[in-house]
Amino acid sequence: MRSVCFLLLAVSACGCDVKPWVKPYERSHLADPIMQFSRDPVSTAYINHVYEAREGARGAEGSQGGGCGCN
Amino acid sequence: MAAIKWGAKRRLSIALLALQVLLTPFLVAAVLPEDRLDALYHSYTGGGVEVNGPSILWRKMFGGKSSLTANYYVDAISSASIDAVSSASPYKEKRIEKSVGGDFLLNKTIMSLNYTTSDENDFNAKTASFNLSQDMFGDLTTVSMGYVRGWDQIGKNGDPIFAETANRQSYRIGISQILTRDLVMALNFETVTDEGFLNNPYRSVRYLDATSATGYSFESEVYPRTHTSNAVALHTRYHLPYRASVLGEYRYFTDSWGVRSNNVALGYTHPYRDNWMFDVRYRYYKQGDADFYSDLFPYRQSQNFLARDKELSRFNNQTVGLSISYEIKPKDWAFVDRGSLNLSYDHIRFRYDNFRDITQSGASAGLEPLYHFSADVFQLYLSLWY
Repeated sequence: MRSVCFLLLAVSACGCDVKPWVKPYERSHLADPIMQFSRDPVSTAYINHVYEAREGARGAEGSQGGGCGCN
Repeated sequence: MAAIKWGAKRRLSIALLALQVLLTPFLVAAVLPEDRLDALYHSYTGGGVEVNGPSILWRKMFGGKSSLTANYYVDAISSASIDAVSSASPYKEKRIEKSVGGDFLLNKTIMSLNYTTSDENDFNAKTASFNLSQDMFGDLTTVSMGYVRGWDQIGKNGDPIFAETANRQSYRIGISQILTRDLVMALNFETVTDEGFLNNPYRSVRYLDATSATGYSFESEVYPRTHTSNAVALHTRYHLPYRASVLGEYRYFTDSWGVRSNNVALGYTHPYRDNWMFDVRYRYYKQGDADFYSDLFPYRQSQNFLARDKELSRFNNQTVGLSISYEIKPKDWAFVDRGSLNLSYDHIRFRYDNFRDITQSGASAGLEPLYHFSADVFQLYLSLWY
């Protein structure tokens, strides 16, 4: 976990020099609600819970951290 | 009378439900989620089990830099599942889950803290989590990382002396990336470790017993006291040339008990006119069995660890689902900007490869028909943004 933190900080430190290849004015499609991984968090969490309660697998289902950079 | 309850793994996963509710909104880069109120009624019916209840989510921003959220969730469970009718008795119970959380925005970073409690008559869980999300590369990339810690207390109805504990930790990291003006993807990885009493105090395994009229007898299941799992998942969304989108998901899972699984999902979202939204989806899940799983052990205490939990068996399931959403645009509601009324239905078919239906009479031990069942999942909810 410590190495992950270091990697995150390192990437963050150099990130400001990267030019975005999708300009803010080109993100109208990405900003559309139909492009969200989960429009309704309560519903998504519930159906994930339905599966997790009945399957051996668990984890990595949430798409938190996903960004569209629309704002 | 002993009752087969939800498996420990299932109950222990419950606290993560609230965390998903509270963390999922970070789909928009470095912007706090909108103020909203969701009131959901859920219903699951399948395999002799009925679970229903409400879920209420409230979220409110304060000062533009922080957002507080609270969730109240109820599972009212009525179970006559194959586990219950095979070696115990049907039961009813209620589980109440409460969550509070806060999200704090600092430049391009969002920090989240959440706390959840889950209470039922023989199981109490407390979970705390910390999540960090950072935008970079012109807001094309969002990196997130999180840590979850859980403390569980397990009891057993009818046995006041029984008291066990389990602790869990979860480490998660994710990256979301805009690839083109029409394509976005997210890659998530999560490791979960458990330690303590991890099996179900009510569930039994069966073993061959020539002295029994059925040809088999039961003994308590025994699980290892540690469990570590890893999961990696890829999610993608693509905007079609017309106003609609497709969703693709894949997850690979492996754990220290020998379970391996894969699941894929496809979805299609189609708006219609100004107010309607339709979603259709398909999901396929397949897993292998745990190293210490058997439907029928050769004799009593034949190995150190024993499991006959069908969630640890070899099986697959398929889901088809449909959601319909109608957007409400009130003109004279003083405090509401907009709302939506939503109905969702999923049909799931489970087919087990080495878990047999011992409620079917007439077959010899180990030759009973393989178990299968279907489940119907309904959700009806109202969302208001204010």
